[in-house]
Amino acid sequence: MTDNEHEIEQPDERVPKRVIGTPAPGTSLLGEAEPADEDVEVPGVTLQDEQKARKAERIVALCFFVTFLAAVAFIISYVFFQVGSPESTGVSNLALGGTLTLALLGLAVGIVVWVRQIMPKYSLVQERHPMVSPADDREYVADTFVRGANESGFVKRKLLRRTLLLAAAPLGLVPLVLLRDLDNSKMPGARFNKTLRHTVWGEKTKDGKPLKLVVEGTGQPIRAADFNSPGGILSVVPEGYEHDLNALAKATLILIKFRPEEIKSGVNQNWTHDGIVAYSKICTHVGCPAALYEQTTHHILCPCHQSTFDAADGAKVIFGPAARPLPQLPIAVDSEGYLVAQGDFKVPPGPSYWERGDAEAEARAKGGQA
Amino acid sequence: MSELTTVPKAIGGPSNYLDERLGAGNFLKRNLRKVFPDHWSFLLGEIALYSFVILLLTGTFLTLWFKPSMMEIEYAGSYAPLRGVMMSEAYASSLEISFDVRGGLLMRQMHHWAALLFVAGMTVHALRVFFTGAYRKPRELNWIIGVLLLTLALAEGLTGYSLPDDLLSGAGLRITEGVAISLPLVGTYITFFLFGGEYPGEDVIARFYSLHILLIPGIILALVSAHMVLMWMQKHTQMPGKGRNNHNVVGAPFYPAFMAKAGAYFLFTFAVIAGLATFAQINPIWLFGPYTPADISAGSQPDWYMGFLEGALRIMPSWEINMFGTANAGTLPLSVIIPALVPMGIIMTGLALYPFLEQWVTGDKREHHVADRPRNNPHRTSIGISAITFYGLLWLLGANDEIAANFHVSLNWTTYVGRVLIFVGPALAYLITYRMCLGLQRYDAGVISHGVESGVIKRLPHGEFIEVHTPPADDIEAHVRGKRPVLMLPVDDDSSGIPPKGMRGPLGKLRGLMSKAYGGEKIPLDDGHGDGDGHAAIGEGSDDHTLTR
Repeated sequence: MTDNEHEIEQPDERVPKRVIGTPAPGTSLLGEAEPADEDVEVPGVTLQDEQKARKAERIVALCFFVTFLAAVAFIISYVFFQVGSPESTGVSNLALGGTLTLALLGLAVGIVVWVRQIMPKYSLVQERHPMVSPADDREYVADTFVRGANESGFVKRKLLRRTLLLAAAPLGLVPLVLLRDLDNSKMPGARFNKTLRHTVWGEKTKDGKPLKLVVEGTGQPIRAADFNSPGGILSVVPEGYEHDLNALAKATLILIKFRPEEIKSGVNQNWTHDGIVAYSKICTHVGCPAALYEQTTHHILCPCHQSTFDAADGAKVIFGPAARPLPQLPIAVDSEGYLVAQGDFKVPPGPSYWERGDAEAEARAKGGQA
Repeated sequence: MSELTTVPKAIGGPSNYLDERLGAGNFLKRNLRKVFPDHWSFLLGEIALYSFVILLLTGTFLTLWFKPSMMEIEYAGSYAPLRGVMMSEAYASSLEISFDVRGGLLMRQMHHWAALLFVAGMTVHALRVFFTGAYRKPRELNWIIGVLLLTLALAEGLTGYSLPDDLLSGAGLRITEGVAISLPLVGTYITFFLFGGEYPGEDVIARFYSLHILLIPGIILALVSAHMVLMWMQKHTQMPGKGRNNHNVVGAPFYPAFMAKAGAYFLFTFAVIAGLATFAQINPIWLFGPYTPADISAGSQPDWYMGFLEGALRIMPSWEINMFGTANAGTLPLSVIIPALVPMGIIMTGLALYPFLEQWVTGDKREHHVADRPRNNPHRTSIGISAITFYGLLWLLGANDEIAANFHVSLNWTTYVGRVLIFVGPALAYLITYRMCLGLQRYDAGVISHGVESGVIKRLPHGEFIEVHTPPADDIEAHVRGKRPVLMLPVDDDSSGIPPKGMRGPLGKLRGLMSKAYGGEKIPLDDGHGDGDGHAAIGEGSDDHTLTR
């Protein structure tokens, strides 16, 4: 019995009463009779009925044989089924995975039947001892520690102790110092945040012209006159940087065509051309591309965390965790009628960081809208 | 075949060789028949352990082909739709594993499924340990190791998820960058050091690769081993029951029964993962295309264990503070920092500190080897369910776009409701769980004092019908009687009205109050009924036919 203190008197006749829904005494859950008591040789070890065990052995053998067959089938499938196209890879995956699963299952089921029906039932009892060591041992260890500490001279010799600590301090810093060049840009750390303020839209082409806006994927420059259906939207990247992921991570745009009367006061009209407005596509929350656009409401939605921006009103945040509007890029047309950037964003695009400050207020103070 | 009478030569020879060099015989003498208690819930941690082994096996296979490089190349493999597309070597080699290596897709999918199962196994195992109080002395250290393992598993999952460099994994990486850069003071430095410059750079996959296949799994392996050694040394806890107490352990011997069972269980885990990888497609990277920071697919979802962070990010209001105005410092993007750090902080720190906080409140310094039934420590169970509710709500809200789309509700409303529920839900869960625990304790008291329904209907002389109750079976009674009151500090004032030492001052008073609420016996087993009519048994004709009152 447990060591509980609530012992109650147990009437003798209470034991054999059968509770509805539970097996009658003497039946195990599987329905066979429990082995008689004389089978028990060691306390806590109840041997299985030999007849039952013999039957179980056949089941186990069958399971193991299934594993044998499945494993052979795996090897044959490996040789037989080639991969390459999605279809053939699918067939190979099914064959290899199916046979592997079957092989493992056969072995697993076989062993379980073996343990449950052939090995004895165990209810062994082992004693536990408190984790704590005997008091004598603890005392001995304490004494030894003190003796060793004194023998070593660490306690008595101050100079030794202090210089050891002195030596350890810079040595501990060495691994940290070594990590400094993890940043490959060779910039002083204080300049990190400055690079975040600029995008390639501030650059010029080799012959000194402003960068064209080109369609993401095709690289086609955009003639303003051709982008003329209101409600239209394009994903746009800077000319010459179509495959520069670092540039794209800050400079990707969405370009939206409005009817003139749809544009509200939040949009800087000087930075638009004929109802075409360009916003940074990089969400100001954590940087996902805000790629979804609802034409009727002019809402730009970021699919990651659902920040929603009103494109008709300067991409103001109207819902979700983003705290700032998507920055607007000043655009214009060049002599051939292609859309180009007037210059860089006036505020850093993308997610916020410690050194960003209230860049919008700063831009306003310098004149013009953010 | 006849039975063995001596150790066969094939085993005896090598064993002798080893024992003469290692002296392992002594260890085996003590441990071959080590007893392992049995309960279904003890198997949960094993799922995690075996998943980890499978992760090591399949992961090693994947490293043979995977190229952790972000160099842009033109794809020329077998997958026709992407032929000629510029992509990183990492993505190209992931495609190669999927389409050009026989069994490669199977191994990739097994690796991913095993990773999901690994974290899931750890999580439910941790919950089992929490709710049964198996973290109590002497197992606090093993609990801390477990919390570390869970944290490392999340980091391992995050780094692995980013490696294939497809569009979906890149979206995860971008969010990681957005979170890292938002950290006050150090954010830009951390991102520049992590990515080797500006995002995405050309280094992060190689760096995540070495973290993912070497550093983190190395630490996990070491901690898992320590976890096992401590479990072995301290012997497993057991559920209360007949013949089980704090000074023994009842169960099956390691050799041969437990060993074989564990082996079979490993094979089952392996088979389930192989079956999932065969029949349930996971992370079809070829459909997503190569990563570019300019694109994303709608409905992007992280692996399940990152869902709660995703949900936290989604429901956060758009708070951002510029502490010094336009100065180039002092921007606090609270809409990122709070959801990224606070839920994770609450859960992981809460888990790590719980054993010590509980000890501080109850003053319980005893060793515990018999697990609690969750109902018998109602406040702990309520705290646990409350935390599960908090986590579960965040997790659900991480898929609020899917919820909105599938149940045709407004996306914005899922967010608004989520913002309220995240506070109300855990509080409600606490109250409801607490009441349920007390109710279950009352039920137990009823079982002890009135017995269980026998199914026998008896007509009394005056015509009334009653159902006769019969005393519970021995093992059930022993299981119920394994209940021990939660310890309480001596909080009451002494005769002169002075509170005991350690209970003075505001913190001490709080501790006293908490101890009073947390500890003590809420529903004593033997006087839950109050009728005093003893045990109803067949023939006794008790007219009490309610079990709970």
